[in-house]
Amino acid sequence: MADNNLFHVQVVSPDRVFFEEDIEMLEIKTTEGEIGVLAGHIPLTSIIAPGVVRFIVNGESKEAALHDGFLEILPDRVMILAESCEWPDEIDMNRAREAKNRAERRLKGSEGEINEARAEMALRKALLRLELGEKYHN
Amino acid sequence: MASMREIKRRKATIESTGQITQAMKLVSTAKLQRAKGKVESSKPYFSHMYDAVNSILAKSGNISHPYLQAAQGGKKAFIVVTSNRGLAGGYNNNVVKLLTKGNIPKEDILVYAVGRKGRDTLKRYGYEIKEDYSDVMNGPMFSDAAQIGRAVLEAFANQEVSEIYIAYTVFKNTITQIPTLMRLLPVEIKEEETKNSNADLAIMNYEPEAEEALDMIIPKYVNSLIYGALTEAVASENGARMQAMDSASNNAEEMIADLALKYNRARQASITQELTEIVAGASAIE
Repeated sequence: MADNNLFHVQVVSPDRVFFEEDIEMLEIKTTEGEIGVLAGHIPLTSIIAPGVVRFIVNGESKEAALHDGFLEILPDRVMILAESCEWPDEIDMNRAREAKNRAERRLKGSEGEINEARAEMALRKALLRLELGEKYHN
Repeated sequence: MASMREIKRRKATIESTGQITQAMKLVSTAKLQRAKGKVESSKPYFSHMYDAVNSILAKSGNISHPYLQAAQGGKKAFIVVTSNRGLAGGYNNNVVKLLTKGNIPKEDILVYAVGRKGRDTLKRYGYEIKEDYSDVMNGPMFSDAAQIGRAVLEAFANQEVSEIYIAYTVFKNTITQIPTLMRLLPVEIKEEETKNSNADLAIMNYEPEAEEALDMIIPKYVNSLIYGALTEAVASENGARMQAMDSASNNAEEMIADLALKYNRARQASITQELTEIVAGASAIE
């Protein structure tokens, strides 16, 4: 039963259904660390940390930047609700560079605690975009 | 009977008003198409978020969490989504009525206004406007929803408010829009759904701990519901305006037809009168 190796993945963001396919393996970064998911995983709910998500089908892997959201894993399907996510070719490198500089500047200045947390989040997103963007744009 | 000139002027006025309503109808039809597309593309997220949160809560048994328990007393936050512009029939008024005709006393309500019309009306009625996000209605984005969500959640966490509601207009289709009041927090779990998911009861695991995970998921849930409400409200607004302008144009046409008839009668009457005068004048000379 080859079908048992596959499971259904749906990635939904506020403005579109980002990805929906049956895949073999999912690699994703959560707040607790990176995890790999195969079919038949125990039910698990976890929070997404900014990172690269990989969808592996037939030994080929597709990568995308995933910034924020949470995922619900069930034995036969995975639901990822992402607040923002992008394919590498959608990343605007210039904007990411600007965002990185802006966030770095904000972290150096001493503002309130909440702002610091937000700037740090923004910096992590920008770095992720740059990392993935550089890998594919060159 | 009104004079011919008066009727003619009135007809011209109605004609130009009719042109305006006709044009506004076309504009809102075009805007409605765009807004409808946006609602459709945001719907999957909206409904999956709802399902996911429901199934998580159903599977996780009795988790005690501040977001899930109704606190006693305190004020209630109302996010009121209306439009910035009028001429949309009963659209704005219907949303405002959800508050004024509801059974929650006005002293207990803190209004987070989205849309100038609702804000002004509620202010006039003496409601307390806590925050105003009216500019958002020009083109709601997810980050706007997140901003509103952050504000209400902060108030909830500080125990300024014990419940959060959102009053908006559900976009059912182009001719039906339903003003709706929905409770965002504490989260309500629907009874039937709980029973359904009991069938495939598998205990949900959390990473991080359940409480911590819900701490992060519930705000996202609230944000997504707010975003969904905003996009639907934009579509409803344009739908309501389209209908209002359509009936206004029809009324204008009716009035013009009526006035045209009156004008012709007046014209005929004046000609008849002139003729009688001429005939009478001629016979007097003889």
